[in-house]
Amino acid sequence: MPLTPPAEPDPEPKMNWASFYAVISGVNRHSTGIGRIWLSVLFIFRILVLVVAAETVWGDEKSGFTCNTQQPGCNSVCYDHFFPISHIRLWALQLILVSTPALLVAMHVAHRRHVDKRLYKMSGRTNPKDLEQIKTQKMKITGALWWTYVISLLFRIVFEVIFMFLFYMIYPGYKMIRLVKCDSYPCPNTVDCFVSRPTEKTVFTVFMLAVSGVCILLNIAEVAFLVGKACGKHLHSAGDSTMGAWIQHKLHSF
Amino acid sequence: MSWPALYAQLVGANRHSTSLGKIWLSVLFIFRVMVLVVAAESVWGDEQSDFTCNTLQPGCENVCYDQFFPVSHIRLWSLQLVFVSTPTLLVSMYVAYRNHCDRRRLLQGQEEELETLKTRRLPIVGALWWTYFCSLVFKMLFEGSFMYVLYVVYDGFEMPRLVQCDQWPCPNLVDCFISRPTEKTIFTVFMATASSICMVLNLAELAYLVAKALNR
Repeated sequence: MPLTPPAEPDPEPKMNWASFYAVISGVNRHSTGIGRIWLSVLFIFRILVLVVAAETVWGDEKSGFTCNTQQPGCNSVCYDHFFPISHIRLWALQLILVSTPALLVAMHVAHRRHVDKRLYKMSGRTNPKDLEQIKTQKMKITGALWWTYVISLLFRIVFEVIFMFLFYMIYPGYKMIRLVKCDSYPCPNTVDCFVSRPTEKTVFTVFMLAVSGVCILLNIAEVAFLVGKACGKHLHSAGDSTMGAWIQHKLHSF
Repeated sequence: MSWPALYAQLVGANRHSTSLGKIWLSVLFIFRVMVLVVAAESVWGDEQSDFTCNTLQPGCENVCYDQFFPVSHIRLWSLQLVFVSTPTLLVSMYVAYRNHCDRRRLLQGQEEELETLKTRRLPIVGALWWTYFCSLVFKMLFEGSFMYVLYVVYDGFEMPRLVQCDQWPCPNLVDCFISRPTEKTIFTVFMATASSICMVLNLAELAYLVAKALNR
């Protein structure tokens, strides 16, 4: 279920998530069904939510961070101490890194097409229609492409898990606290500093982590599906003669 | 004229690149331009408004900011990305020139030949090889120079929390605090890493071209 980009042109076109979607969704044609569901979940529940909602919640994270002191610089230093990297940037990096293994598959498909074209040309078939067909045909996920696909899925899972771990290390508990106490220089003593919109931030953090978990499950399911399909194919082709005879023998015995 | 326009230009030149060149283009646009636009620009967004000095003296903050940040990281990276992308345009200019010459020769020829001229992929031999080689050398030179400039201007890749400034009109030595120093350090290191990966890819492509030429 591909998303279509907005109809009216962006007044200030920039390199943003929409162009990123265009690049990544090109790979969609060679994915399994679960892969397409994963891509839609990624773009609707993660990127769209990030851009449309989460960025405004974290928009005033620094300007709304207030410390109970007039000492210049204390705000900045305490903010930096408690928020080494913002949730929004972590999620943006996570989404970029998690989407890129799909490009491995796209590169492999492009390479295969290139090889097929060469073979066609060498065998003498230079009909432009045949060459066009190579460009548009859907590649079957077998052989080396199967391995590339599974490796890209494993990379996706690893990146997701690494980021969830990083998140837990930097912000233990997933809950955004209302008040932090800070005594870094130049704050005179221990000062109370208040975080802006803590509950809303907690809600969005839990939402994004839940969707991240769902994406991990989808990736695991896709790996299991691919492995199952490959095993099934091997069993079917290897044991065809023996299985058939065994089944026949059993049926006759009834 | 913006990043997508540059991307469109480079993708056109991509057809004549090696596979390593295509990987380089993806790394450039996804891990550098995309991260710059989507994440880094918001981290540096309030770099001047949130630069606070421990003084009420008007003008002191402006002067100190200007002393410690002659050129912002974001602008340096944007310039770096523009400079690093342009040698590829050398290659597309050369291909366009070749096509123009060939088209003149074929002007008396058939329609189909003129069409295949536009869509054919030139093999990287002869003068095109040299153009491609020079473009790679220039790319590496620009990457290296910008990374060196960033390192020298900011004394390393780490952003300090506090800088001390005594430029006129600041009364004495004042403490000035930089906003989000840790996040800025993380992104500086990330962009430097991506830049090094691009340099390694260019080096590998150079080695591949030389090996291919020696083989021939």
